[in-house]
Amino acid sequence: MNSIYSELILEHNKSKHNKRELTDPHAVERGHNPNCGDDLTLQLKIEDGKIIEAAYLGQGCAISQASMSIMIDMVLGMALEEAQEKAEIFFRMIRGEALTDEEMETLEDAVAFESLNKMPARAKCGTLGWHCLDEGINSLK
Amino acid sequence: MLYKEDFPIFKHHKNLVYLDNAATSQKPQMVIEGLKKYYEEENGSPHRGAHILSVASTTIYDKGRKTVQEFIGAEKTNEIVFTRNATEALNVIAYAYIDHHLKSGQNIVLSITNHHSNIIPFQRLCKKHHAELRYMYCDEAGHLLDGELNKIDENTLLVSLPMVSNGIGVIHDIKSVFDKADSVGALKLLDGAQSVGHMPVDVKALNTDLMVFSGHKMFAPQGIGVLYGRYDLLNSFEPFLSGGDMIEYVEEQETTYAALPERLEAGTQNVSGVLGLKLAIDYINSIGLDEIHKLEKEITSYAYKKLSSLDFVDVYGKEKRGALVTFNVKDVHPHDVASILDNSGVAIRAGHHCCQPLMKYLKHPSTCRASFGLFNTKEDVDALVKALYEVKEVFYE
Repeated sequence: MNSIYSELILEHNKSKHNKRELTDPHAVERGHNPNCGDDLTLQLKIEDGKIIEAAYLGQGCAISQASMSIMIDMVLGMALEEAQEKAEIFFRMIRGEALTDEEMETLEDAVAFESLNKMPARAKCGTLGWHCLDEGINSLK
Repeated sequence: MLYKEDFPIFKHHKNLVYLDNAATSQKPQMVIEGLKKYYEEENGSPHRGAHILSVASTTIYDKGRKTVQEFIGAEKTNEIVFTRNATEALNVIAYAYIDHHLKSGQNIVLSITNHHSNIIPFQRLCKKHHAELRYMYCDEAGHLLDGELNKIDENTLLVSLPMVSNGIGVIHDIKSVFDKADSVGALKLLDGAQSVGHMPVDVKALNTDLMVFSGHKMFAPQGIGVLYGRYDLLNSFEPFLSGGDMIEYVEEQETTYAALPERLEAGTQNVSGVLGLKLAIDYINSIGLDEIHKLEKEITSYAYKKLSSLDFVDVYGKEKRGALVTFNVKDVHPHDVASILDNSGVAIRAGHHCCQPLMKYLKHPSTCRASFGLFNTKEDVDALVKALYEVKEVFYE
């Protein structure tokens, strides 16, 4: 199981390159897991229906912060619809549904969280950032 | 060691190091077998019907109450009310008594170390009745600060605190708090969830008006708890849940209620739970509370010293404590610690331990907690320490 604490995830947890405050974001979405205390806020800047800047703030475990950070790297420059499609695929992966090879490919580095589908206690940590993204985009509609 | 053999869970999880006893204890063989026997041979509805099984279940239920009464030193059996758990017992106190007596201008005084279940019912009632909710604050180790007792005054209706805090493990000086409460005539409520079954607890010696505890934290099944109340006080409680078994006469428009304790026990009761609690107490008595307390103290001190010696671990509180140690691995979130420990077969609790006000006050929003029972050994603590080195390896190297 320690595979979940892969170098990629530990690296993102440490680097904090996506952890900062944005000036004048278009969407700010706070995600909170009351039972474990993860409390992260995603900020998005949008132009022409695309995410041009994203960053997060807050406190959380390594899994929640790394998942948020990997997601931000992935969705920069992406159209809002495409970002939400990726979120849906990510949620299906965590629920343990079988994904096609093509779907796995579109998740890029986020496939590092696949083993969370066998760790129900930690699934919410991994999906927190993606829920912020999905809700944040919905709030713009 | 010896006592582990009494717990079948370790036959099914041979390498399990179970350090989450403050959340729920494992169950000894004699409790599990007793429940099986009850459902195979004795199951019936208590307090109704003349048939053989109804009589059998009533006898078991009543014996359970007698056992609890003697175990906590209550004067009468009808001072013992069975509930689902400590949380339900606290809600009975809140809604069957405090709700009917709390007035604007009065206050309720809690310790900041209280569990959520010993905060929220009173927080809701203080809002409802425009009364004041006061907290007694503590030092870093959880001991109440000098002068905090002065928050208890002539307008205090109720003072409530845990004997042992589940969030930081401090053993409170109950006598000083309750002496102060007596000096102003306030009601005294003791949360015994982390102390009953771990150390001798006598409601008379502790001079408490009310006490609550859960069976499942002391080897009994989940779903059985106890409300103790001094008879004259408990007898003034209004009905909480109403329905079957708690009545005397029911007319179309009016009802008169049964005497204690049935008045506060509506509906068909949890006979197997009461039997499980009785058997758990029999098990505890067969070993002796003094012996259990001694064993838990030894293992807790050993764990406290071992964890304190690790330079990458912060341990909270002083060595003298209940059977639990709270700590953090520096710069690693407790849930990551708990997941890696779980992978090594070590079960601990991580998070806020249902003590958010305490955790916010102490500025550790979440911690790891290792909590001990009589079956834990020094080898279990050594396994915890070894697994913590694995956490260090994953995160620091």
